[in-house]
Amino acid sequence: MEGYIHSFESFGTVDGPGIRFVVFLQGCPLRCRYCHNPDTWLPGGTAYSAEQVCERALKYKSYFGDNGGVTASGGEPLLQTDFLIELFTLLKARGVHTAADTSGWTFDPEDPASVEKHRKLIGVTDLVLLDIKHIDTEAHRALTGRGNEHTLAFAKFLSDNGIPMWIRHVLVPGITDDDGALKRLRAFIDTLSSVEKVEVLPYHTMGAVKYEKLGYEYSLKGVEPPAKERVENAKRILGAGRREN
Amino acid sequence: MQYKGWEGFVPGKWNNDEVDVRDFIQRNYTPYEGDASFLAPATEATKKLWNIVLDLSKKEREAGGVLDADTKIVSTLTSHGPGYLDKDLEKIVGLQTDKPFKRALQPFGGIRMSEEALNMYGYTLDPQVKEIFTKYRKTHNDGVYDAYTPEMRAARSAHILTGLPDTYGRGRIVGDYRRVALYGVDYLIRKKEQDKLAMNGVMTPDKVRDREELSEQIKALKALKEMAALYGRDISQPAATAQEAVQALYFGYLAAVKDQNGAAMSIGRNSTFLDIYIERDLKNGVITESEAQELIDQFVMKLRIVKFMRIKEYNELFSGDPTWVTESIGGMGVDGRTLVTKNSFRILHTLDNLGPAPEPNLTVLWSKRLPVNFKRYCAEISIRTSAIQYESDDLMRPEMGDDYCIACCVSCMRVGKDMQFFGARANLAKCLLYAINGGKDEFMKDKKTGKPMQVSPEFAPVLGDGPLDYDEVLRKYRQMMKWLAELYVNTLNLIHYMHDKYSYEALEMALHDTQVRRLFATGIAGLSCAVDSLSAIKYAKVYPIRNEEGIVTDFRIEGDFPKYGNNDDRADEIAVWLLKTFMTDIRSQYTYRESVPTTSILTITSNVVYGKKTGNTPDGRRAGTPLAPGANPMHGRDTNGALASLESVAKLPYEYSRDGISNTFSITPGSLGKDD
Repeated sequence: MEGYIHSFESFGTVDGPGIRFVVFLQGCPLRCRYCHNPDTWLPGGTAYSAEQVCERALKYKSYFGDNGGVTASGGEPLLQTDFLIELFTLLKARGVHTAADTSGWTFDPEDPASVEKHRKLIGVTDLVLLDIKHIDTEAHRALTGRGNEHTLAFAKFLSDNGIPMWIRHVLVPGITDDDGALKRLRAFIDTLSSVEKVEVLPYHTMGAVKYEKLGYEYSLKGVEPPAKERVENAKRILGAGRREN
Repeated sequence: MQYKGWEGFVPGKWNNDEVDVRDFIQRNYTPYEGDASFLAPATEATKKLWNIVLDLSKKEREAGGVLDADTKIVSTLTSHGPGYLDKDLEKIVGLQTDKPFKRALQPFGGIRMSEEALNMYGYTLDPQVKEIFTKYRKTHNDGVYDAYTPEMRAARSAHILTGLPDTYGRGRIVGDYRRVALYGVDYLIRKKEQDKLAMNGVMTPDKVRDREELSEQIKALKALKEMAALYGRDISQPAATAQEAVQALYFGYLAAVKDQNGAAMSIGRNSTFLDIYIERDLKNGVITESEAQELIDQFVMKLRIVKFMRIKEYNELFSGDPTWVTESIGGMGVDGRTLVTKNSFRILHTLDNLGPAPEPNLTVLWSKRLPVNFKRYCAEISIRTSAIQYESDDLMRPEMGDDYCIACCVSCMRVGKDMQFFGARANLAKCLLYAINGGKDEFMKDKKTGKPMQVSPEFAPVLGDGPLDYDEVLRKYRQMMKWLAELYVNTLNLIHYMHDKYSYEALEMALHDTQVRRLFATGIAGLSCAVDSLSAIKYAKVYPIRNEEGIVTDFRIEGDFPKYGNNDDRADEIAVWLLKTFMTDIRSQYTYRESVPTTSILTITSNVVYGKKTGNTPDGRRAGTPLAPGANPMHGRDTNGALASLESVAKLPYEYSRDGISNTFSITPGSLGKDD
């Protein structure tokens, strides 16, 4: 089947381990105020078959080394779960490490069909980069337009199934860097058993110009990237870095 | 024969009445796989000397780029008395003139260029020198212009051929300066005299020239000895200590830069050779590690202050005042041993001891199999100083063996066995515009008629309002490339004939084998622009826009097209085709002195100037804007990340571009990954 792709990055070094071929899928259900890829929100993109994407990725296999591979990002890659299952299945058959960079929003624990689909996906996924944008659901809604119930449920689902995950948290001054919330997030992470790494991603303003181009309003105007000590503080609270399980 | 300087060395072919530096290295060097912990800091003397250099550099900047220039004494090996930074502190001596930072007068390439350069910086050429070099002594530049055809002149002024070494020294020739240290000058003179005796038989013009050149080489070697004697040094015999070896080697190089103001004056592959002398002295207790480092620091310091008198446009073309004192370091031997020695570390360590600098151009010959400690050290120094250049030893060694060096930035040559005729660039993007316009220039007007200048013969232009037909354009482009290749090679044949005749590099060639392999270097500019333009014509719709004279001066593009730099075979195949085709055209020409044609794709900064002379192109690039450097994709068109971009470049077959392929690539530390 075909997937709708925004773009490719042949030298991804920040979305998962090693050197990665990153596939940015088009479309996202969230509207994170700090999003630096607002051009991936709406449906559209260019259609590629899973075979075509796989073929493209394999051109870089010699660069993947021991720990690199392919990361599906976006947008929200899990919006196209069927495509992703097909793509990851092809990649796994060729011995390529697969990672999905997701908010987990698509996972509905109440819907058996959704659970089944995600179970199928994690069968061919080596690593999930799970973005927890806020631990409090109302704050999550204010930030992204949706609550965080699905995200947290997906984390638990991954944990229960022993799927390695990296928890990522974007640090925005005044919005996601409150010590209390960070501590609650840490407490939640500590309930999970398959977290390999926690990453704090300092908010940056490089996406702002895209909003202008797209004619969107940028609601974080004037918000500066977090100070170094705030980043260190968040890292300390969240226990950032590699974790032993 | 046994010399004092050879005591303790393993004998072999090298000292059996031969000149074979590689054999000497192979039998005597000590590979080093350890780490950098043995390195010593700069000595007090080195620091004091370096402060003198820093002070002079400051004064030079304040003076507008030139601190002092000779206007009267024509530079030869022995034209100037000794010059020093501080005689008592210098372990390695020798300057281009009698004072540091005083630029030499080198008019054999062209007196006009010398005069112009002096005028630009507020100096006046001595009238007598001017008279001599206009009335009595012809220069390279005069020779070239006497022989240029009208077509060559037109192609030159339209800049479809560009950067031609017709007004300045061609450079790129690297003497094997190690020979001066290993053999002493008397031995080298004796060998050249033997060669001359053997050069007999029918006196064809070629043989007469060879004999005359050999005489010039012998004279240059004698002058080299005299030059050293001015500094109170005797280099007639093999060097007996590390200090003598570094000094003799440097004298060889110094003589070359006194003789030639070449576009690139590279120094070869010396650090592992010198390590043999240092190891011997360390073993015999003659020097300490600190003294060894001092020799290398002071040697490098001298290389950093090599200066030439050049016009400002030249500096603009090359973004600075480069001398390209390239020193090639490390690499692997064909027997599997690494050629990294302790001295490979020492020479890189100069970047710490003296601080980072662009010259000498320290170039590590990189192999996957280099010792891991050396790789680590290189990485550390690179992170700290950004001052190391890397080139693939694994790619060059199979063809060149393990005693080659880099001239300028990417041209490889076997030291003392190959020389090169440097050949500037042909602009293939502009050539495509010529194909479309039937050889009429998109900018230049004929002075007599005021109409667009016909540079090539009158080929049939593309007619009609388009869209451009790919097959037709390609057919016309092929014709134009053939014309360009022939004109280009012939222009270079003429230039190099004149350079040999009027500005022969006698000293540098004396430090080559008499039976030298000559490489005929050509170059390509505008590769990615030409590729994207062809891709646009093939995959999108490109409509020509004509001016009132019927010349296509712009294009309207409908639709998208694959662009070089995205690992997309549709575009990349055009690049491969273009290189292979043009190189094949070059190879089919007669080349001067049975030289072996090569090409390069390596403009590093001059792409900006070449772009200024190239009109709007079918890929959407605007007139006058820069072409991409070297084999780079056009700016901003590689949208699939670094590997895709590099993979496109890597498809270009090296065997068709032996003189080198460059890709300028910068990356921020953050985009290489995270620390934690």
